[in-house]
Amino acid sequence: MTTAPDGFAPGDRVRTRAVDPAGHTRLPRYARGAVGVLVERAGRHPLADDRARGLTGPARSVWHVRFAAADLFGEGDHTVTVELWEDYLTRIEEQR
Amino acid sequence: MSGDHGSSRISAQVRHVETLLESRGLLAAGEVDGRIDEFLAGGTPANGARIVARAWADPGFAERLLADANTAIREVGLSMAGGLQEQRLKVVANTAETHNVVVCTLCSCYPIALLGPSPSWYKSEAYRSRVVRDPRGVLTEFGLELPAGTAIAVWDASAESRYLVLPRRPEGAASLTEAELAGLVTRKGLIGTAAV
Repeated sequence: MTTAPDGFAPGDRVRTRAVDPAGHTRLPRYARGAVGVLVERAGRHPLADDRARGLTGPARSVWHVRFAAADLFGEGDHTVTVELWEDYLTRIEEQR
Repeated sequence: MSGDHGSSRISAQVRHVETLLESRGLLAAGEVDGRIDEFLAGGTPANGARIVARAWADPGFAERLLADANTAIREVGLSMAGGLQEQRLKVVANTAETHNVVVCTLCSCYPIALLGPSPSWYKSEAYRSRVVRDPRGVLTEFGLELPAGTAIAVWDASAESRYLVLPRRPEGAASLTEAELAGLVTRKGLIGTAAV
């Protein structure tokens, strides 16, 4: 978790990490293992998971990631936009 | 989870550490309270109301506000730099199609330096856990009945940004001054649990 991939762009479809880490994280449980779309970059900050353990690391991108409620909860017609470090995200390559 | 702090063990631990730091001369008596007062000084929902009124009165300002809120709010003499470091402010605008509502599901992140302390319901586990799942139901409980065709966008302040909702300008407010417009804006409107 020390690399800074930073290869994302608005509109990218991403899947969030599914694991339940042992320590602090800012990836809410309800948004784990879910597919969303990058809306816009929300600045660059050291990873909160590392800072909570007293570790310092480089600033990396944080993104507003939009999810359809139905994809998170199996119901609902609203969207939920969560602010997530790029470390939590894997881009889903478009199927061609 | 950091839902309740009131009389919990963590509060006792914090007081104990504070006492130790004071007894070793690392912290002056009352220094923590002083810093908190400094942080909160000037923070009031009236700031948010001023921002909204200016955005209603000046479409150019509204555009700048939505593009880069931190820079735009300096035009009305406000800043997000009241804390240890300047926090990013993200303003989200309600439209005829979409209503926005803000929550911090992990704790209680809120633009405190700008708006003052958040209301207690904002920090409640009930609001934080329910508004992401069933915003329409929660908003109805707040007395806000949105048309069925209005989409709802929930924003979870899960990282470093802080959020402010830009409500829609009420009908029939055309002749009001900017100060009068500001008087229409409520704290709930700035969070998204009221229309204005």
